[in-house]
Amino acid sequence: MLIAILSGFLFSFFMVFVGKYMKGKLAFLSALIPLGLFIYFLQFAGRISNGEIISQTYAWVPSLGIDFGLTLDGLSLIFCLMITGIGFLVFAYTAAYLKGHHYLDRFYGYLGIFMAAMLGVVLSDNVISLFTFWELTSISSFFLIGFNNNEEASRKSAVLALAITGMGGLLLFAGVVILGNVVGTYSISEMLSSKEFIANSPQYTLIVALIFGAAFTKSAQFPFHFWLPGAMKAPTPVSTYLHSATMVKAGVYLLMRFTPILGSTEFWNSTLIIVGSITMLYAAIHTLFRTDLKGILAYSTISALGILVFLIGLGTEAALLAACVFILVHALYKATLFLITGIIDHETGTRDVTVLSGLRKVLFPVAIAGFLAAISNAGIPPSFGFLGKDLIYEATLHFGNSAILLTVLAIITNILLLYAGFLAGIKPFTGKLPHTFSKVHLPSFLMWTPPLILAILGILIGVFPSIIQGSLIQPAVNALGETGSAVELKLWHGFNTILALSATTIGIGLLFYFFIKPSVKIEAAIKKLEYLSPKTMIEGFGIAFGHFSKIWTTFFQNGFLRHYVSTIILFLVLVMGYTLINNTNYVLNFSSLTQLTIYEVITVIIMIGGILYTVFSKSRLAAVAAMGVVGLTISLIFVYYSAPDLAMTQFAIDTLTVILFVLVLYRLPKYLKLSNYKSRIKDGILSITFGTLITILALEVLNEPQNSEISEFYAANAYLLAKGKNVVNVILVDFRGIDTFMEITVLTIAAIGVFGLLKLRLTTKDRAIVKDKNKI
Amino acid sequence: MKSIILKTASNYLLPLLLLFSLFILLRGHYLPGGGFVGGLIASIAFVLHAFANGLQTTKHLLRIHPGFLMPIGLSVAFLAGISPMFLSGLPFMTGIWFPEPISVVGMIGSALFFDIGVYLVVIGISLTIIFTITESK
Repeated sequence: MLIAILSGFLFSFFMVFVGKYMKGKLAFLSALIPLGLFIYFLQFAGRISNGEIISQTYAWVPSLGIDFGLTLDGLSLIFCLMITGIGFLVFAYTAAYLKGHHYLDRFYGYLGIFMAAMLGVVLSDNVISLFTFWELTSISSFFLIGFNNNEEASRKSAVLALAITGMGGLLLFAGVVILGNVVGTYSISEMLSSKEFIANSPQYTLIVALIFGAAFTKSAQFPFHFWLPGAMKAPTPVSTYLHSATMVKAGVYLLMRFTPILGSTEFWNSTLIIVGSITMLYAAIHTLFRTDLKGILAYSTISALGILVFLIGLGTEAALLAACVFILVHALYKATLFLITGIIDHETGTRDVTVLSGLRKVLFPVAIAGFLAAISNAGIPPSFGFLGKDLIYEATLHFGNSAILLTVLAIITNILLLYAGFLAGIKPFTGKLPHTFSKVHLPSFLMWTPPLILAILGILIGVFPSIIQGSLIQPAVNALGETGSAVELKLWHGFNTILALSATTIGIGLLFYFFIKPSVKIEAAIKKLEYLSPKTMIEGFGIAFGHFSKIWTTFFQNGFLRHYVSTIILFLVLVMGYTLINNTNYVLNFSSLTQLTIYEVITVIIMIGGILYTVFSKSRLAAVAAMGVVGLTISLIFVYYSAPDLAMTQFAIDTLTVILFVLVLYRLPKYLKLSNYKSRIKDGILSITFGTLITILALEVLNEPQNSEISEFYAANAYLLAKGKNVVNVILVDFRGIDTFMEITVLTIAAIGVFGLLKLRLTTKDRAIVKDKNKI
Repeated sequence: MKSIILKTASNYLLPLLLLFSLFILLRGHYLPGGGFVGGLIASIAFVLHAFANGLQTTKHLLRIHPGFLMPIGLSVAFLAGISPMFLSGLPFMTGIWFPEPISVVGMIGSALFFDIGVYLVVIGISLTIIFTITESK
């Protein structure tokens, strides 16, 4: 399975080198990768349906208990098949949709990364690796939304989507780390046995809130839904694949995955029901006000995601079964609708639903796909959608006290979704063909077969639900912790309440479709309310935050080195002074100090002389030289107190520092004016306070009981383990060698920085070139 | 600086100081010293030479730009770190040693090569910074 995940990344990697040969007629070959993966995952279906769970573990960071664990159970399998199956069709579709595009190879590269990351999310058993892949899906989605990066709107939507989903990623990270600490393991399969323990821990609410934050942002739940309509700026294959069929379902997957671990509590269920129902209604109502096909589909996707969250919130066995089925139903019909929207856009150049009509005469196979998808979306028998909707009503009807309210909510949502589906799948094909579209012709079969396949599957599974009943749905429901009764999917249940509800939904939905006509006027009307929307508020917050950070930065980063130094010291004085005042007992034990020697006295006198000269000198170079004297006397003191290594290093460093100072200051003019008395006194007070604090700190260290375990270990083992007698050096090159390695790396970066700043400055000629480029 | 005494002296001092820095580098494992101090001393030797004879002469003497010493030194240190993984299958940065010391140098092991890497990086860094600042206008 590791190879299965890696193959997507490897594909993207090779695209960098061979991409330019894959842009032309060979582009469709890319689709072989998801196809191969689809077949690979399909062969597990038999084993999974027998109740087997396939897992593999690779050591990753064993010292932290983080393994690269992969688990394939029923839930993962449904997602894997969706990712690779729809992936295959989208890869093939893209070859025709973006035919001849200059950056087609790049597009495939991002898609490959996304597919691999998404497989990683649904296969990870370890929450840390799940988080890693989760972030990778956000990042690949960012690149795909902003694919047309010469359009400002694309770039803006990409940043917005990354900001929202990236924030969710951080919440997820915090959530899983706390969860891992509470349980003591990062493995999801090991967490399953500690459900009670987690539910009783004081951090339970926090963990669930953080994981909800991640799922709601990723799956576009209210009030974080607004990034998804913006994400529709991406090319249509991306909208199909990421923003309706797979990536946005990652949040739903997360909730399902954690249902057996965190679920069935008051907080879990009621939050999900409330958020899910607000989202499904809010977004479904929004579809009434859209005229752009992709906009309609975006809001109906959000609404469908709301239904899924709502079902997970109900949490009963019937509801979870409905969720598992509805994921598939939705993926099949929504991907179809997106793909046909892509074809319409590609061939007619518009997605405006008020203009499009009669296209069945020129795009017949596409019209069939649209019609089939629309009836599956509407839940008209014998489609798979009918089955899905029945299960939803069954779940809400048997939900205790609030059954009627929840059922009504579900019915309203479904009526509006039916309207949206008909608008996207049927409206463009019916009626009279306008003259402007008479020259429209059917695109390459690579484009029209994928939606047709998906649409026919949507009907086929409806007629023969047994295809997926035992192999996919049953194991998935089991993976959610429901091991009770056997799942049975049937198209015909006889005449009962549910059938009546279905009929009502379809009837009212059709009335809506025939009587409400989408118009630009209504769309304009809803725009007036936009200042109230969460999107405007969060964008406003973003702008305010930007202003704040600008003020904050200009206050501290004012460009005066002396201000930086005094700010840093002032901060240290405040923090250190506060601690010292609170915790110091000011006992000075003179007997613990050694006797002064004459050498020390002389050295200190020289040092004080050096300091006074530095402070009162009128010449820069003299001050620097005097500072060198201070440095050298300090290294002398190191010698007295038997720290020869330190003394040598201090000596060499001081020499080089003086040289550097001289080199720099030599070029500056003489002091033009000395700083005035006021600021000198201010600086003096600051430095004297700081010095005093350091002295108190040093004396205070003497009072602390010494903890010499570590130094004793080093001293005892330097020769035994590292064959060295100089402990300082052994620590540097052996015990703490990795630290040293990092340090020399950082120093190298600093040196390259100095070199770059001083040597690679633009010449006048370069500047002219840059100016020209900016003009273009 | 045009001082004939300094100029003559620096020509003799450069090899002496370099030898001294090598001495400090090699004795580091047993007595005060090591790659960091050794590298600083070596760079001081070159800086002194540059002060007396002019930067161009020193650069000519060095043949390569001192900046190249940084990646070389980093690679040496890194190779010393991963050598135990390939030679004995031990974790990264484990010290491995030849059983017997050889004359003049003493014990030879991965830690010594790591220190040599540090030595080269430190020379590279100090000389790059100082030479760059000297040349800037």
